[in-house]
Amino acid sequence: MRKKEERLIVAFFSTHDAMAFEEYCLQCGAEGRLIPLPREISAGCGLAWSSPPEAETDVRKYLENTGIQAQHLKLLMV
Amino acid sequence: MIYLDNAATTMHKPPCVAEAVAKALTTLGNASRGAHDGALSSNRIIYRTRASLAAFFGCPRSEQVIFTNNSTEALNIAINGTIGSGDHVITTCLEHNSVLRPLYRLQAEQGVRLDFVDADPQGRVDYDQFERLIRPDTRAIVCTHASNLTGNVLDIGRIGQIAKEHSLLFIVDASQTAGSLPINMAEAGISILCFTGHKSMMGPQGTGGLCINGDIDVKPFKVGGTGVQSFLTTQPEEYPTRLEAGTLNGHGIAGLSAALVFITETGLEQIHAHEMRLARRFYEKVTAIPGIKVYGDFEAKIRCPIVTINIGELDSAIAADELGFSYGIAVRAGAHCAPLMHKALGTEEQGAVRFSFGYYNTKEECDAAAEAVAGIAEGTI
Repeated sequence: MRKKEERLIVAFFSTHDAMAFEEYCLQCGAEGRLIPLPREISAGCGLAWSSPPEAETDVRKYLENTGIQAQHLKLLMV
Repeated sequence: MIYLDNAATTMHKPPCVAEAVAKALTTLGNASRGAHDGALSSNRIIYRTRASLAAFFGCPRSEQVIFTNNSTEALNIAINGTIGSGDHVITTCLEHNSVLRPLYRLQAEQGVRLDFVDADPQGRVDYDQFERLIRPDTRAIVCTHASNLTGNVLDIGRIGQIAKEHSLLFIVDASQTAGSLPINMAEAGISILCFTGHKSMMGPQGTGGLCINGDIDVKPFKVGGTGVQSFLTTQPEEYPTRLEAGTLNGHGIAGLSAALVFITETGLEQIHAHEMRLARRFYEKVTAIPGIKVYGDFEAKIRCPIVTINIGELDSAIAADELGFSYGIAVRAGAHCAPLMHKALGTEEQGAVRFSFGYYNTKEECDAAAEAVAGIAEGTI
């Protein structure tokens, strides 16, 4: 089992937004990937973007650049 | 077989379409059901196809491109999702049953009131009639972009302007034109554009969709699994999830995506010009044959590559069967799911024989079809 680590997690209002954000981040060469939505954010299901904690400034900039609204943006142990 | 039934479906697709579907069948999981590579691959192809379709049709928000199985499903969602009790709707006599039957059902079950813009014997409309039919309770204009029977094209920009001036919803059935004629829904003032992927877009059957322009509240036609917000007892509000309950046809959408790339790279105008050259060539040849009746407006600058005829008084079903059985030419006969158009043309009893040309047809095939018509006419008239 992989050891838990602190990650910056971004949850979205729709899967479409998650996919749009992933595409933009990958174009920018950002470090991170889509993961299943952690239960600390929602007991439902869906996708979230997971980045290293130090990427917060970049992640906020990417959200601003794309106009995508984050439903949640928080540090979590995942 | 010489396939001239492209208005029903394009049987010959660009090779990249089959390749994309074959690849998708072995690489795609279920979009929005998990975050593993298979599911994300499906999510990605669906996301990119939405974005491509939004650009292709001038839909301002790509998340408001909704995938369906075909135009009929898209039209059912658009019509049932926006029109209800107390509303008046204007439509036309050119419509396919995919528009008429949802409207007739709303008329029967919810008392929705309908008015029809007439078609003359050549299948043309009087655009001023749209304006004359508007009443205080008019909610929407629902009309086709082109008749599947005659190939006549309606000026959606002009109708869209009328709808805009009167704050009406404008729902367009682009089954015959998507992938054949340029459509910019923002410019034309289209509220909801319904399209199919398997005709002129040259994608797989089982693909299609609707594009929603702006803040329009479309009630879900079906509800169910979405892969998100699983504990919510109602359908999520956000587009596209709101209207896409159930697993999407990711394999088909992958094929549609490849078809869209092919159309964009080949050029919509070039594809349409080739098809129209063939249709015009066929038209010129069959109009020279004694006893042939051709339906539709061939004086119009813009039309679809459809030439619908009758051979004297010969039953259209018999004519089509003879074309298929003796000449190996595939065409559509009968009533074409367009009952009001047949009434306007006076072909309710006889039906009509429709030749529809596609990108992969050749002038040799076109000439062979015209010679076959001449042969049947010689033997029957």
